[in-house]
Amino acid sequence: MKRIVIVGATSAIAEATARILAQQDARFFLVARNKERLALVAADLALRSSHEPGTYIMDCSDWTMHQAMLDAALAHLGGLDGLILAYGDLPDQARCQSDMKALRQALETNLLSACTILQLAANHMASQGHGVLVGISSVAGDRGRQSNYVYGAAKAGLAAFLSGLRNQLQAKGVRVVTVKPGFVDSPMTKDLSKNALWAQPEQVGRAIAQAMAGRRGGVVYAPWFWRWIMLVVRAIPEPLFIRLRL
Amino acid sequence: MNRLPSFGRYPPVHQQSGRRVSFHHEAALGTDDSSALPRGNGCSYGDCCLNESGTLLLGRPCNRLLAFDAKSGVLRCEAGTTLEEIIDFALPQGFFLPVTPGTRLVTVGGAIANDVHGKNHHAAGTFGCHVLRFKLWRSDRRPMLCTPQQKDGWFGATVAGLGLTGWVGWVDIQLLRVANPFMVVEEHPFGSLEEFFALSSASDRDFDYTVAWVDCLAPARSRGRGILWRANHAPPLAKGSSGIRWQAAIPWELPFPAVGARRIRAFNALYYHWKRLRPTTRLAHYKGFFYPLDHIAHWNRLYGPRGFLQLQCVLPHGHATFVIHELLERCATQGMGSFLAVLKVFGERASPGWLSFPRPGVTLALDVPHQGSQTIAALRAFYTLIHEAGGAIYPAKDALMTKEQFQAAYPRWAELAARRDPAISSSLWRRVSA
Repeated sequence: MKRIVIVGATSAIAEATARILAQQDARFFLVARNKERLALVAADLALRSSHEPGTYIMDCSDWTMHQAMLDAALAHLGGLDGLILAYGDLPDQARCQSDMKALRQALETNLLSACTILQLAANHMASQGHGVLVGISSVAGDRGRQSNYVYGAAKAGLAAFLSGLRNQLQAKGVRVVTVKPGFVDSPMTKDLSKNALWAQPEQVGRAIAQAMAGRRGGVVYAPWFWRWIMLVVRAIPEPLFIRLRL
Repeated sequence: MNRLPSFGRYPPVHQQSGRRVSFHHEAALGTDDSSALPRGNGCSYGDCCLNESGTLLLGRPCNRLLAFDAKSGVLRCEAGTTLEEIIDFALPQGFFLPVTPGTRLVTVGGAIANDVHGKNHHAAGTFGCHVLRFKLWRSDRRPMLCTPQQKDGWFGATVAGLGLTGWVGWVDIQLLRVANPFMVVEEHPFGSLEEFFALSSASDRDFDYTVAWVDCLAPARSRGRGILWRANHAPPLAKGSSGIRWQAAIPWELPFPAVGARRIRAFNALYYHWKRLRPTTRLAHYKGFFYPLDHIAHWNRLYGPRGFLQLQCVLPHGHATFVIHELLERCATQGMGSFLAVLKVFGERASPGWLSFPRPGVTLALDVPHQGSQTIAALRAFYTLIHEAGGAIYPAKDALMTKEQFQAAYPRWAELAARRDPAISSSLWRRVSA
């Protein structure tokens, strides 16, 4: 039986992942900001897993709450086998260029708050000698583009942070999974127009559950074809790349 | 994704946007949409799930199961839950849907809005007969709890209300206790409509499920031939094979229709004679019995870019034989073929829905490839015949009904109009109301 904390449990990707894990007899501690949404997600998972999930309301921007949240999770679950960090916010790039508060808020939400939660969970897992950490980065972090580089920078930072954790913790028996979804049809992207490259949250959820069940950590692109698309995007020489309108 | 067509891919839509609703209490009707329409999985054939020049509120993400009482079999779920998701959850615990249409891909919200029916209509009535309560969100008042016992009319307006009365948040459904996933199914070929009626009324007493396929392209001397299936849920301890495991999909819309009258004529004749030679009783898995077409995802794409039209009508008993003969005759002579011509005798159990389609009589469903204006003209002539015989057309499968035909078949339409949420409308509603 796996005991799993999901931070950002009301996100579409988190919910899709949790439903798969529920079938594998996981027990959950769910953390989110919105109480009504969290109650609906928790009720659904209680029925699907036959265990009542623990719930915790927290605004992740308040990093001083992070340790208290983890302590509550440990008390509820009686241990910790996995943590999925699934929240994020797609900022308005144009607004971030003129409103520095919005720019800093985007970095705070997508990078800084994530780092402290991951580090605290990593410390616990390192001391117990097992566990899986999952962080959701993005293909947007693979190369900064003019249309989306604030979000991209946060996700690139998160990917580097996870990479370092993976490097540090592999000797301690802790696995670290970096998930890089492409375009996902979810509430976060409701204002963007969709095309054939778009994936459903369920596809990403399956990829995450699969990576968690595997024996190694690593970087997972979801859906898989993004690995090859981003390989090409990263290979474009900078003098050419700066002329592209991406 | 952008165009969001209906299942029949007819009529085409030009301007329509979609907005995903992830939590049922956040549909926010009427805040920024000039006209919105709640939509589930888009399984309706015609235009009752379309909103030309408006917005669709896409409710599929609201598919959470909220409560289940394993003793009584009452399930509470959000309205975007599909029937498939309910079966996957409830069947291992010994419960099945009380009523199911021929696909399990529809949502609970869609099943209520169209008050769907199934092969057990003669025994169980419509889907709406098994809904215990639901929560309705509107743009002009606070969320309401609706039950069939209340006298305020919101329940009756919403069941079969075509999604117009508001956004259904969650629903309590009374599920049916079953012993296992299997059905005991008998197949009986019949040579004429008269034989069908005799067989059907003899079967309705002892079988919970009856349905017939009729060969609509049979030569004149064997007009009305077909096969009747009758079935019950299998008793405890029955052990069958685990059903069809394969799943195919039509990945793209074909550039031309793959199904024409000649192919259908040949297929139908082969199918009928094959079944005639070996009538059977067997233990069937529920998926094969209820949902044969769900094994081919997007089968509607076989009909090509112009799509197809489905006609489903119900005819009062007195006129049914004559009108169905006439419809089959016209199908055969005009080469308007259909793999799926389905006959069923509806029962007497009344639905709580004011505009419910099923009513005592005989229902016939046909799908017809869209071959241009002659198809539309022929179908309009069918509609006139049905209208004159006092029959009704099923809105969930309709794209052609006139205002007069709709209002005659659904006399309580004006009461629904009075209950319509001012922020909600649909392509079908604009066509048949006013």
